[in-house]
Amino acid sequence: MSILQLKDVNTFYGGIHALKGISISVEKGEIVTLIGSNGAGKSTTLKTISGQVMPKTGSVIYEGKDISKQPAHLTAQTGIAHVPEGRRIFPRLTVKENLEMGAFIVKDKRIVKERMEKVFQYFPRLQERLSQKGGTMSGGEQQMLAIGRALMSKPRLLLLDEPSMGLAPVIVEQIFDIISDLNKEGMTILLVEQNAYQALQVAHRGYVIQTGEIVMAGQGQELITNEQVREAYLA
Amino acid sequence: MLAEILQTLPQVLVDGLALGAIYAVIALGYTMVYGILELINFAHGEIFMTGAFIGVAMLILMTGLGWLAAMPAILALILVLVVTSILTGFMGVGIERMAYRPLRNSPKLITLISAIGVSFLLQDLVRFITEYKRGNYILTGPSMFNEQFAIKFSSISSSFSDAFFKTSTLILIISVVIMMVGLDFFVNKTKWGMAMRAVAQDRETASLMSINVNKVISLTFFIGSALGGATGVLFAVQYGTIDPYIGFILGLKAFTAAVLGGIGNIRGAMAGGIMLGLLEMFAAANLQLLTGGIFGAEYKDVFAFAILIIVLIFKPEGLFGKAVTEKV
Repeated sequence: MSILQLKDVNTFYGGIHALKGISISVEKGEIVTLIGSNGAGKSTTLKTISGQVMPKTGSVIYEGKDISKQPAHLTAQTGIAHVPEGRRIFPRLTVKENLEMGAFIVKDKRIVKERMEKVFQYFPRLQERLSQKGGTMSGGEQQMLAIGRALMSKPRLLLLDEPSMGLAPVIVEQIFDIISDLNKEGMTILLVEQNAYQALQVAHRGYVIQTGEIVMAGQGQELITNEQVREAYLA
Repeated sequence: MLAEILQTLPQVLVDGLALGAIYAVIALGYTMVYGILELINFAHGEIFMTGAFIGVAMLILMTGLGWLAAMPAILALILVLVVTSILTGFMGVGIERMAYRPLRNSPKLITLISAIGVSFLLQDLVRFITEYKRGNYILTGPSMFNEQFAIKFSSISSSFSDAFFKTSTLILIISVVIMMVGLDFFVNKTKWGMAMRAVAQDRETASLMSINVNKVISLTFFIGSALGGATGVLFAVQYGTIDPYIGFILGLKAFTAAVLGGIGNIRGAMAGGIMLGLLEMFAAANLQLLTGGIFGAEYKDVFAFAILIIVLIFKPEGLFGKAVTEKV
């Protein structure tokens, strides 16, 4: 039973047909990656899942329930955490406040604190910067904060949109290590990346998306060695 | 000349603080809504005005029923303040629902026109009801808290005159301080206040944090309008007579105060309001003296706004504009 399944999803942005019948699935415990070039519809796919945009037709099934018409704030409450493209941390909130926002629906302060401790295990840097304003941190730290903030909601499905964007290679390395660690501890992850090689390395399975359509699917290693994929995305 | 300015300074401070306190609370309403929707809610001045009318109407009603004589005046005022702020709070929520939310994704100018429309609607509605009930749209409330007090500045130094104020001035300033401290606490220390700041900074991402953005926007309108309505009541008690057009000029000045403090910045709006009130009163007291009789007190607004323009030329983001540099 898939934790997430998109069936023939069509999403429009104004007059633009952004997703043309996308069907993908994510099994519990997997890392699935969606690779493709700029404007192919990767971010739109994640936004359709998290409810930031509504699909015109098709369905988004999460844990057996159709959430395709559910607004974002309700979807977030049901265990899907979306780390948006460009990190989108709250620049004038402190690191601590940013993390607290991630656990907005949790009423018990002890649980919030416990989860924050857990986030610090992954990202010790954040603990040192608790009272700093989010907008004053480096790109890598902001990405860590964005992922940490998402973990604060204790999600069952983590959507990551281009976590490596604009970061130095060593930081990218670190971020992918953490993605891998999170998955080993049981987190299901749908990862969108332009950095196709890195993404396919950590992913169990991958989909290739092109102008709003899935053009190829397969195991991570399988896609890395595929001639077409190599030419288009790994060259 | 300096000696004469010093003489009147204590009174200027008291009057300027009272007027500035009013500007400051109205400015908060503008700045909160701007911070969250990037909308200049021109109807906010009218919410203040409606609050003044609701308050005075209640006070007149209570006088007629004999309640005002039966209970301590301060208790009556608190009751009126609470009821008025709840009513204007819901009014603000209703205005956002009906006049702004349907236009949320339209260009900002369209929403601005809608706000101006709401503004006229409220002016005419209040004028109609008041004229219908009283035969005149200018309303004078029961006289309350008119006892005069003097602060003996002259005993500190003979170069100062004593400053006089009414009990209502004291009530006004204390109430405004309570409102400001309360709001500051709410916005900076509570969970919903934090949600408000988050929505102001990035609405889309806030919704990914399980925050119901529409609920936060409604809450913002409720708080801003409740504070604005309560200030209307305090204004009516302080200055006695009100008409349906008091919200217009006062709203413009409060909006200016919000810009002066850095629009979107709550503490900035408070400081901007107080500063504008002090400048205006200073000009009213001394303009004739400073210009050798060429300009009289009636040019106080020109003086105050000239200073504002100078400040904004050198600090276009306002005195307390967003200072955080954002890395992308």
